[in-house]
Amino acid sequence: MCEGLGLNDLMPCGKQATMTFTKSALIERLDNETKNMSPLTKQILQLISLCAYILLSSANSHAADVLAPTQVLHRGNGSEPQSLDPHKSEGVPSANIQKDLYEGLVCESPSGELVPGVASSWSVDEKNMRYLFTLRKNAKWSNGDPVTAEDFVYSWRRIVDPKTGSYYAQTLAPVLNAEDIIKGTKKVTSLGIRAIGKYQLEVRLKGPTPYFIGLLTHSSTYPVHKASVEKHGDRFARVGNLIGNGAFALKEWSIQSHILLERNPHYWDNKNTKLDKVYYYPIEDQSSELKRYRAGEIDIVEGIPISQMPWLRKNLKQELRLTPYLGIYYFGYNVTQPPFKDNKKLRQALSMVIDRKVLTEKILRTGELPAYSWVPPNVTNYQHVEYEWKAWPMSRRIKYAKELIKQAGYGKGKPLSVEIRYNTSENHKKIAIVVASMWKKHLGVKTKLHNEEWKVFLANRKTKKHTQVFRSGWIADYNDAFSFAELLHSNHGVNDSGYSNPEYDALLAQSAKEADVDKRRKLLQQAEKILLNDYPVIPIYYYMSKHLVKPYVGGYKDNAMDHHYSKHLYIKAH
Amino acid sequence: MLEYFFRRLLGAIPTIFIIILVSFFLIRLAPGGPFDFDKTLAPEIQANLDAKFHLDEPVYVQFGYYLKDILQGDFGPSFQYKNYTVTELIAQGFPVSVQLGLSAMALALLLGSAAGILAAYRQNSKFDYGVMTISMLGISVPNFVMAPILILIFAIVFSFLPAGGWNDGAFQNRILPIVTLALPQIAYIARISRGSMIEVLRSPFIRTAFSKGLPTFYILTRHALKPTLLPVISYMGPAIAGIITGSVVVEQIYGIPGLGRYFVQGALNRDYTLVMGVVVFYGVFIILLNLIVDLLYGWLDPQIRLQARKT
Repeated sequence: MCEGLGLNDLMPCGKQATMTFTKSALIERLDNETKNMSPLTKQILQLISLCAYILLSSANSHAADVLAPTQVLHRGNGSEPQSLDPHKSEGVPSANIQKDLYEGLVCESPSGELVPGVASSWSVDEKNMRYLFTLRKNAKWSNGDPVTAEDFVYSWRRIVDPKTGSYYAQTLAPVLNAEDIIKGTKKVTSLGIRAIGKYQLEVRLKGPTPYFIGLLTHSSTYPVHKASVEKHGDRFARVGNLIGNGAFALKEWSIQSHILLERNPHYWDNKNTKLDKVYYYPIEDQSSELKRYRAGEIDIVEGIPISQMPWLRKNLKQELRLTPYLGIYYFGYNVTQPPFKDNKKLRQALSMVIDRKVLTEKILRTGELPAYSWVPPNVTNYQHVEYEWKAWPMSRRIKYAKELIKQAGYGKGKPLSVEIRYNTSENHKKIAIVVASMWKKHLGVKTKLHNEEWKVFLANRKTKKHTQVFRSGWIADYNDAFSFAELLHSNHGVNDSGYSNPEYDALLAQSAKEADVDKRRKLLQQAEKILLNDYPVIPIYYYMSKHLVKPYVGGYKDNAMDHHYSKHLYIKAH
Repeated sequence: MLEYFFRRLLGAIPTIFIIILVSFFLIRLAPGGPFDFDKTLAPEIQANLDAKFHLDEPVYVQFGYYLKDILQGDFGPSFQYKNYTVTELIAQGFPVSVQLGLSAMALALLLGSAAGILAAYRQNSKFDYGVMTISMLGISVPNFVMAPILILIFAIVFSFLPAGGWNDGAFQNRILPIVTLALPQIAYIARISRGSMIEVLRSPFIRTAFSKGLPTFYILTRHALKPTLLPVISYMGPAIAGIITGSVVVEQIYGIPGLGRYFVQGALNRDYTLVMGVVVFYGVFIILLNLIVDLLYGWLDPQIRLQARKT
């Protein structure tokens, strides 16, 4: 009975909401009001008040936080989302909103741990290849329909179906037959997913995939409401048509202005949702976003203009959230063209003389960590491998690199000329200039900087005809070392270096079949070692997520995936 | 007059066709396509997407499809914003741009011409020098500098206006963007109308009016205003088009959902249909505006009206 008592139910109006519910305060109040009562009644009342206190604290992990009477959150959200259809969009702005509108089998806690979502529990067989999910019977769509196993079967078939044209079909690649379906060689119905009754879901994988459960937090694995998709087609993800199963429902979508979500009363955990409304604003211009934050119009800032960092550190230090993020910023070598083709020594020399500490501490100044590995730290079930010369003093690294470049066939008589290509951005430019000056100073390399607009840059990087050294970066889609390791597989679409080492590919294939977590980790570490030793890339730094969060926003916790569900957030009285 | 109007409209058709032709091929010449991301799509998925938007066919065939659709008034679906058609996006963005642009222009016309006329009337006075100095400032400070300064003063320091956002067109959200857009226009119009007024005041018919003993206010408003505004009107045509189509920076800084942002974002995302839609729409719009200015001219200047009748 008492389970339904959320904090909101107890504090319906502003005056009451400003009361602090601490144990002593409650008992004290009762003491004052019960002076004329019998000792027994008093005791009973005290017991009740104690119960109430316990219930209150369990309803809200921050019992000390008092909620503001109006629970409306304003979030900056980068650019306009492409679509709110989880199967037909790409990019962080869409994913942020979809996390509120839909819910997958698995969800995340505020600090990023995996917690049950639509699936209340799951089990896996001893080979780690067959999962059985039990769905909550009280999970509902925003129109009141129950969320069933059949919904997931329909949705997962939809995303891998090439006809859907989903950008993220590859997310489900570990599922049996998914890759063949994406290629068009197998039927959609052959996908390794099956409903057993209304609330049980069986998923078969093509190999043991330790990160599979983590993958299910990705927005592309979210279910869609079959009846609305079939009725509205491409227009299903619009106000009035969109039916989701998340904590919030779509209320308004004013393109380039805002998206308004409202509490979904049918959501199974609605009693713990504290916000009533969430506004998302597409603001590409980070300094505009910062101004709106300072004017009090936005509560959470999606991106921070780096140039403002010193000012922010001085004036808004308490609100600044800089957190290590599972992502790497790197330069790639095009190893299919001269001068870097078959010239490992040259690639190594250029990588060694880059003083990453100068780049992160003097140029970026936003707390990024220098990178000497391919996989960032803090990845679950993994300990990354680093270059041994990381610990060397710069002078020794430079001396060693000078020797290498001489052996590579370049020197005073024949200086090396290279080009760094990057997509137009002030930060990329700064990094490239400093790297070029380090190469010039230590190795006498002449560097040409070449910037290009994003799409032009992508096209040139992919064709591998014109690039020599190019900027790149990667943010993990799921928290696993494989998310990074696979990028440099010979056949991977992001392998713009053209790196190909059969030994490396074989280790990755082996790791995909390995069910034992420790053995698998060793295989991936071995692969990382080979990769680092081949120097197809120059790791430069590990990304940080950067936000500003108003002090009155409660429930916000930093996490390595930078996922912040609105259902965990609330507005404190202020 | 009506005949002239339709003749001009017919004459616009080849212009619009050339605009469509050139921009259709130009945007496809830019490297990179709408479906290029960091990730590479599986070939089968790429093929399906290309087929859906006819991108798998030769460019001239694509052009044929496009012409056919556009003749039926259909700009096609947006590549980027998949839940919307280009027509819907234009229908959302254009009214916002027009409201802002026209409000800014009206404000500029009112303040600019009043300041200019007064400055001319009191030529070489302190008022005249003051207006001209301030207008020089208004012209030379670009709006991407002016906007942040205005935001800083009015939204952050004194916090009585919002720093950005559209808020479904609430009045207080419009003030800063309109002022930012209007400031340089006020300056231009003040300078143009001052110069024009000085000339008009020296012409014989005004001297006649003065010697007849008519009141100054009457002379300025009834006799001098119309000819003074002629150069202002000819400036207004392209200026209105410019302010409505070119307010990208102001829209970006204030986060306003106008058409300019679609244009820029569309080009960056290689959203072919969206860019084409906006280009064609702008083209038609500018041609119409020029026509309106020419018609207004005829009304303001009897000489032109006469010539138009003769031809």
